[in-house]
Amino acid sequence: MTAHPVSPTTDPPTPARPSARGLRMSTLRDYGIVVFFLALFVGLSLGTDTFLTSSNLKNVVDGAVAMGLLACAGTLVIIAGGFDLSAGAIFAVSAIIGVEVSNSVSPVAGIAVGILVGCVLGLINGLLCTVGRINHFVGTLGTSIAYGGMATAISGSGLLLIEDPSFANVANTQVLGFNLSTWILVAVALFCAFLLNRTTFGRHTFGTGGNLVAARLSGVPVNRTLIATYVLSGGVAATAGLIVAARSLSVSATTGANIVFDALAAILIGGNSVLGGEGAIWRTIIGVFILALISNGFNLLGVDPLYQQIVNGTIILVAVGADAWVRRTHT
Amino acid sequence: MGGAVPGQVHVGLQGVSKRYGGVHAVRDVSLEIVRGTVHALVGENGAGKSTISKMIAGVTAPSSGTLTVAGSEVEFASPRQALASGIAMIDQELAMVPGRSVIDNVFLGVESARGGVLRTREQRARFDELIQRTGFDLDGDAQVRTLRVAAQQQVEILRAIAREAEFLIMDEPTAPLTQVESDQLYEIIAALRDGGTTILYISHFLDEVLQISDTVTVMRDGQHVSTTAAADETEASLVRGMLGRALELNFPEPQRCAPDAVPILEVSGLCAAGRVADVTFDLRPGEIVGMAGLIGSGRTEVLRAICGADPRDEGEVRFAGKPVSWRSPRAAIADGLVLLPESRKEDGLVMMRSIAENAVMAQLDRVSRFGIVRPDRQRAEVTRLMEDLDVRASSQDAPVSSLSGGNQQKVLFAKCLMGEPKVLLIDEPTRGVDVGAKRAIYELIVGLAAKGMAIVVVSSELEEVLGLAHRVLVMRRGRMVAELDASEADEETVLAHAFGTAVAA
Repeated sequence: MTAHPVSPTTDPPTPARPSARGLRMSTLRDYGIVVFFLALFVGLSLGTDTFLTSSNLKNVVDGAVAMGLLACAGTLVIIAGGFDLSAGAIFAVSAIIGVEVSNSVSPVAGIAVGILVGCVLGLINGLLCTVGRINHFVGTLGTSIAYGGMATAISGSGLLLIEDPSFANVANTQVLGFNLSTWILVAVALFCAFLLNRTTFGRHTFGTGGNLVAARLSGVPVNRTLIATYVLSGGVAATAGLIVAARSLSVSATTGANIVFDALAAILIGGNSVLGGEGAIWRTIIGVFILALISNGFNLLGVDPLYQQIVNGTIILVAVGADAWVRRTHT
Repeated sequence: MGGAVPGQVHVGLQGVSKRYGGVHAVRDVSLEIVRGTVHALVGENGAGKSTISKMIAGVTAPSSGTLTVAGSEVEFASPRQALASGIAMIDQELAMVPGRSVIDNVFLGVESARGGVLRTREQRARFDELIQRTGFDLDGDAQVRTLRVAAQQQVEILRAIAREAEFLIMDEPTAPLTQVESDQLYEIIAALRDGGTTILYISHFLDEVLQISDTVTVMRDGQHVSTTAAADETEASLVRGMLGRALELNFPEPQRCAPDAVPILEVSGLCAAGRVADVTFDLRPGEIVGMAGLIGSGRTEVLRAICGADPRDEGEVRFAGKPVSWRSPRAAIADGLVLLPESRKEDGLVMMRSIAENAVMAQLDRVSRFGIVRPDRQRAEVTRLMEDLDVRASSQDAPVSSLSGGNQQKVLFAKCLMGEPKVLLIDEPTRGVDVGAKRAIYELIVGLAAKGMAIVVVSSELEEVLGLAHRVLVMRRGRMVAELDASEADEETVLAHAFGTAVAA
């Protein structure tokens, strides 16, 4: 309480260096999943003769697009401290509305309206969880049920067919040998990474998720930031839904029933922290493709897909558990 | 635990010290608390009272020294173990389950049960017996959250007795109570004492301490100053004991500030329900105004209400002559007023992010264009600030959590200063900071004022406030009770206002 000379503090006057063990641990945490991904890739290449073919690899990527889109946008929400459980429902209801509009007006209008609907539903999420002070998990759980109900109501719980076949161009147009949908995923991933790493909005996101109170006291518009991440998540989920609809030229209320969980799994497997404040899009992408490779591997190796969920679940536990454990020993 | 004889030492400390990092919260304290007495513990903020009580209650363990209970040495690894020795603590923040009933809370952890199944009738009988013993007027089925604080305290006391606690620790129990409820509590304490319970009573209210306790221990700077019979002490003698000699901490020479300069900040009649009432003061450019007062007197709340971190109910704030109604700190920062918050870990820094990110967080627009951060500009600004403030770190990109307390505090300052604010509200400038960094921070503050910044410093360290400020405002129970010029502000006067005792002539 006064200035009597205190014995030297345990903090050295020079900057504290993380312990050697801590350094190893954090490197492991940072890049362990990359190693795992590479091991999977190499293993599958050697273990089957069909994996490393261009047609198979394109299939893997195509199959990962919808989940990858949700995961990328969902990463921003999680880093900001939120949690979007309703992305799957927004996926479905936006696609349904988009298809209805496409059928009655035009595909272009349908796509535009679909994305807009996704953004608006995301806005509602954001408002509920910030101004409405509802816990993020609970709030988006509620909206996922509500939006899911909307999807069923509008589609009449049947299959909606897209009348104009040019709608499929959204997904299937070939650009440089890849589907347009693949390029959309690339663009969204790059855009999300850009937002996170290079913009003030990204800083606001990290701050809001890292320490909401400190961010607010520092003048970060925390509510606006969170709401923006939810709007983005909604818009991107809508895009994903429209792409999937375009592929089969049809949509139903049950489209994407589990996709939000796959996306969350990808985010966490990649090593992003579920608590927020830390993370990166590249991690999410690795998580997405780890899941995609596992699925592909099960197919190629002829393993019963039932076991796939057990494997996926186990990997999530290992990934998140390892993260929690490393944090513990670090602090 | 029968067979205890009043008059024997119930709990004893020998040579007990507690260190947090390099800072001694408690240094070499030896103390004896006699069974069946009310033993009070007084001292300024940070004197070590709470730490002592936490060690006795098993919440923390001493770094060195021994603790004895009924003559035998003990080591508590948890409050549960302390409870097994008959020691229970009644917290300032009452620790109960608000949604459950009184009975459930009283017997939480010691329920009447057989094979895991509750025996409610037996429990109710136990409850009735407790009520009879203490004479409390409590409805066993009432939900705890519906009770007034005074009643909740009674539930806590019952809880302690239900666990057969013979040693009760009460930390500032009357702070949230009315006078009537406080009087009732004094009677309860006296009855418990007469029934053989030992009570360790921590309080800032010296009159009540003298009224209800048998023995008073004064602490200062983590050390034991005196233990005497309450009858032999007066409020004035207690205050003197708490102050001790004025200590020589070198403060940089505060610059003169023009007394008739136009105020940059005018606060009038500031009210925030339940926390602050009717606070009025002015702040001029180049001035350092200190705000002193006991914990809970509302100093932090005043700062937060001014800058928009908390809503204010009434009153007016004028900045540079114009009335402002900042609804969030963002608005205040945009106008040129920044709050440096009390706890850097909780409110000030995002510990997992880098120094650079933290430093620019409040002024991202300065280092970005069209919303895109310019890494070169960020690097330049952060480098400049780190040099100015002498922040020692391996690199700007190191996480803030890797720095020492003093350097972390400097990063917090860097963040607040990047926008060159006109007014800086500082809450506890040197908490958890070692002596060397403290001096550097004082020089920083004085230097900022010399260049024309208007500064408010809230601090629990009286020497800090007195050493830095041109004027000292004293808060007590949410109100401003004194405004003292540097020449009339000395420790005794300020403390007297803070405690509310008559100033010694």
